[in-house]
Amino acid sequence: MVEKTFTEADRNDGIEPDMVDQGHAPKSTTGGNGTLPMNMIQALNSALDAKMAEDPNVLSFGEDAGYFGGVFRVTDKLQEKHGLTRSFDAPISECGIVAAAIGMGAYGLRPVVEIQFADYIYPAYDQIVSEAAKLRYRSAGMFTSPITVRSPYGGGIFGGQTHSQSPESLFTHIAGLKVVVPSNPYDAKGLLTACIEDDDPTIFFEPKRLYNGPFDGWHEKPVSPWKAQELAQVPAEKYTVPLGKARIMKEGADVTILAWGTMVWVSLAGAEHAGVDAEVIDLRSLVPLDIEAIEASVKKTGRCVIVHEAPKTSGYGAELSALVQERCFYHLEAPIARVCGWDTPYPHAFEWEYFPGPERVAEALKSTMNGGR
Amino acid sequence: MKKNTKALSLRVPEPSGRPGDTPDFSHLKLDAPGAVARPDALSDHHEMRDLAFRLVRVLDEDGTAVGPWDPKLDPETLRNGLKAMILTRAFDDRMHRAHRQGKTSFYMKCTGEEAIAVAQGMILPREDMGFPTYRQQGLLIARGYPLVDMMNQIYSNASDPIKGRQLPIMYSSRDYGFFTISGNLGTQVPQAVGWAMASAYKGDDKLAISWIGDGATAEGDFHNALTFAAVYRAPVILNIVNNQWAISSFQGIAGGLETTFASKAIGYGLPALRVDGNDFLAVWAATQWAEERARANRGATVIELFTYRGAPHSTSDDPSRYRPGDEHEKWPLGDPIARLKQHLIALGEWSDEQQEAAEKDAVEQVRAAGKESEAIGTLGQSRPSVKTMFEDVFATEDWRLVEQRREVGV
Ligand SMILES: Cc1ncc(C[n+]2csc(CCOP(=O)(O)OP(=O)(O)O)c2C)c(N)n1
Ligand SMILES: [Mg+2]
Repeated sequence: MVEKTFTEADRNDGIEPDMVDQGHAPKSTTGGNGTLPMNMIQALNSALDAKMAEDPNVLSFGEDAGYFGGVFRVTDKLQEKHGLTRSFDAPISECGIVAAAIGMGAYGLRPVVEIQFADYIYPAYDQIVSEAAKLRYRSAGMFTSPITVRSPYGGGIFGGQTHSQSPESLFTHIAGLKVVVPSNPYDAKGLLTACIEDDDPTIFFEPKRLYNGPFDGWHEKPVSPWKAQELAQVPAEKYTVPLGKARIMKEGADVTILAWGTMVWVSLAGAEHAGVDAEVIDLRSLVPLDIEAIEASVKKTGRCVIVHEAPKTSGYGAELSALVQERCFYHLEAPIARVCGWDTPYPHAFEWEYFPGPERVAEALKSTMNGGR
Repeated sequence: MKKNTKALSLRVPEPSGRPGDTPDFSHLKLDAPGAVARPDALSDHHEMRDLAFRLVRVLDEDGTAVGPWDPKLDPETLRNGLKAMILTRAFDDRMHRAHRQGKTSFYMKCTGEEAIAVAQGMILPREDMGFPTYRQQGLLIARGYPLVDMMNQIYSNASDPIKGRQLPIMYSSRDYGFFTISGNLGTQVPQAVGWAMASAYKGDDKLAISWIGDGATAEGDFHNALTFAAVYRAPVILNIVNNQWAISSFQGIAGGLETTFASKAIGYGLPALRVDGNDFLAVWAATQWAEERARANRGATVIELFTYRGAPHSTSDDPSRYRPGDEHEKWPLGDPIARLKQHLIALGEWSDEQQEAAEKDAVEQVRAAGKESEAIGTLGQSRPSVKTMFEDVFATEDWRLVEQRREVGV
């Protein structure tokens, strides 16, 4: 499935497990400066592979994540390369997966666990919220939880309500958790590596709509593959992208767009569609947040539009909006706007009415340029 | 003092075969047909613990019904069961193809497992609510639910009974005793227990019946269900469909190498039956046993239905990547349709010609329903009106939904 896109035309590719061999293991021929063109799956796989080679305390497990290499193939061949006990299948218990990771992490390992879809993370919520997030604090640093919870999230794939959700704000609300979302292969590898090396629990949401190409929300147009993108040139070696540093995807003078994951690409398309000179900021990590980059940009442009897939109410956009208002109020020339998912569950039949697309972003940009009217 | 000086090692279970290997089922301990005793349905669960480790079978190699579990069904019931299984398989084949043709986004077959939902759907009336997984389409079919409505759901079209809200095959029908399917595994088993508790609380006579896969028994919700069912002696039948695989994970990843799935019941103080799920008569008999017990207010029974997932997990799956290609053909307990057919022929109540005619008739019924449904529209061609997207979030829309609906312009 994921290799192709989920346009109206070929949505017959289904959702869930991608079982088509796309040769996801990175090729061994390096590019000009030691980089290889990779899609996001390959980049994530490469991050895990490199960390596992470097550090015997890093291991990976999850449902179908061992022998088979994960339904999206992110852990492909890790078992073959690193051994049965370093990349293995887990029972279908998200709670058990995270709980076991917490125990291993406290012991001194660096487990990276896969929750097959973010929509299935809720059975693990108690372990993440009450345990992983609080181990360090309640034991005054005696026990810690250096675990990474990876999970594909987000819509645009005709996945219905159980394969489309964006639950990031349920985790940003929790003291003690870091929440990270890449938007491209280069960042995916560097951020995942940084999460694994981080001494605190990180929730790493992978925008599955971007696994195989930078989807911009124009679902009727053919999608270009990653390899055409500069951000798909990924170093073969290990590297990190620091947590808490946003990426300015595009500089602009008139309005600041704050986005992450798939919505970074939708925002770029929305700005182009509106013909507005927007500065598009890919937050990359929601916690810790690069507040300096946000503040500098909004003070420069005087306008701010926040775009996310999750429902509007209590989404992370609410927090961002409050922060921008607190810090940039006297620089604002228009109310802060939010373009978000509706306050409904994710409907199967109305994929493109629900998914915030470039047209809605463009509307918000135009209205913001017009002082919010 | 340090006591353990020997290095430990981590065990990760592995299946008996992977792609390229010859299927190996030599580790299965299968009782002979008719070999397992049948205790009285009201007997003390402490006295029947061995049943959790045996395998109730009725049909023998020749298609003869043998032993104490033979439900002695009349030929008409057997023929109806066979036809419903044939129809289920024909429906699966057509909808799987419909997905390949781009008419919908997703589909899941129950190939090889038809006897389970069909027999159980025939035994229990619609008033006994079923809490199915995505592999119990046979329940709707056995209860005569219109195929066209199933297809309308699969196409998320304008006549979809659940308004395009859910992924294909996540049906819902209160009238047919089919609880709205959740995509989240395991969640509904404890809900079935709650439904049964409500019936008991009200002094009604209704039961509940639930299904869960071998893989999903690892979820905490399965264990919540068993605790509540035992504590409140809930009138519920808790099925575990052990089809050997959970996507790419063999049942050993769910603990199947350590003990049987049925035996999980013992720790909770529940009676358990372990049954050949490809034997229509055995499934029938075991379910009837559990039904009798529940109706007598003796509470829940756990039934492990031992079967094999013949088809890919879903339309997105390619099992040749993780299991031997011919495992299904080599499955020692055969195919449920072929076995019931053989039995009926042995009884002199069926023939190859009748089988052929029934298969043709099933294909015809499915084709007719398909025509009707596709005339309304396949995915994307037809759908409920967009404003329904905002309905049923609450009983009445709050201001946010009203505003958001207006923003969409509907
Ligand atoms: C809570 C949750 N976790 C993970 C999944 C993804 N998933 C869907 S089906 C499946 C395998 C289920 O296997 P099993 O319970 O044996 O049922 P079967 O498919 O074999 O009928 C998985 C892991 C899910 N739907 N819900
Ligand atoms: Mg299974």
